[in-house]
Amino acid sequence: MRWFWIDRFDEFVRGRHATAVKNVSLAEEHMHDHFPGAALMPNSLIVEGMAQTAGLLVADAIDYNRRVVLAKVANAEFQFDAVPGDSIRFHASILDLKPTGSLTRVTSKVEDKVQGEAELFFAHLEPGEGVPKLFEPNELLQWLDQMHIYDIGRDEAGQPLVRPDW
Amino acid sequence: MPSRDEIFEKVKTALVDALGVDDDEVSPAATMVGDLGAESIDFLDIVFRLEKAFGIKIPRGELFPEDVLSSSEFVTNGKVNAAGIAALKSRMPFADLTKFEANPSVQNFANTLTVEDMVRYVQGKLAG
Repeated sequence: MRWFWIDRFDEFVRGRHATAVKNVSLAEEHMHDHFPGAALMPNSLIVEGMAQTAGLLVADAIDYNRRVVLAKVANAEFQFDAVPGDSIRFHASILDLKPTGSLTRVTSKVEDKVQGEAELFFAHLEPGEGVPKLFEPNELLQWLDQMHIYDIGRDEAGQPLVRPDW
Repeated sequence: MPSRDEIFEKVKTALVDALGVDDDEVSPAATMVGDLGAESIDFLDIVFRLEKAFGIKIPRGELFPEDVLSSSEFVTNGKVNAAGIAALKSRMPFADLTKFEANPSVQNFANTLTVEDMVRYVQGKLAG
């Protein structure tokens, strides 16, 4: 089992911003106990969806050369619960990007309403800085394909992203 | 160049945002680690925020000289040696290292840096 908390990207502009969708379903196992008769998606998992959206945006921007690790969640606020049947749209923007880390802002919306927002700070670690290899290249590429990044992604000049040859 | 008080206010905002502490906790004498609870990853965040707030560039290791503290040349038996103290003083002219010199164990260093040191550091960068 893999830890997927976004279903696909609908918009991906290299180094700038991206929008990903997460469809909340009662078929997800954690919903059965959280809570019986009143299922809702925990906001901690919504933060994970935010982090996957922003983390892939950042990792792409640095060409997957370093491990992008969620280091801090700042100013996270939630307005209401996401429940089965909701389609959550995560919108992530890069506020600042440096070799050592990046600051992003992500909102989650259900229909047109802002459900939550947070600032996510990522550390970019080089191999050997105490972090094991997170992905095999073919598995990462499989995930990026599943997320449709190379179908809908654009670079800053508006040109389609080129799928890497790993 | 902004006044010392203006710099302090911006540093305070950066620390409140990065560390989730209250305004009134950020006094000049507060220590970054002991009083404000900064962890190593927070220093990276603080560097980002100070660079943005003041339009300055902060090279890695300049604000928090992790390379000196982890070097076998400058650390003997868990304590920063004389060469290490000299290196810290030259690298961190903005910091008051008097207390640290009295008991220079590496662990102690975390409680050396204060908010006022941050303000002096920014003053130095803006003047420089």
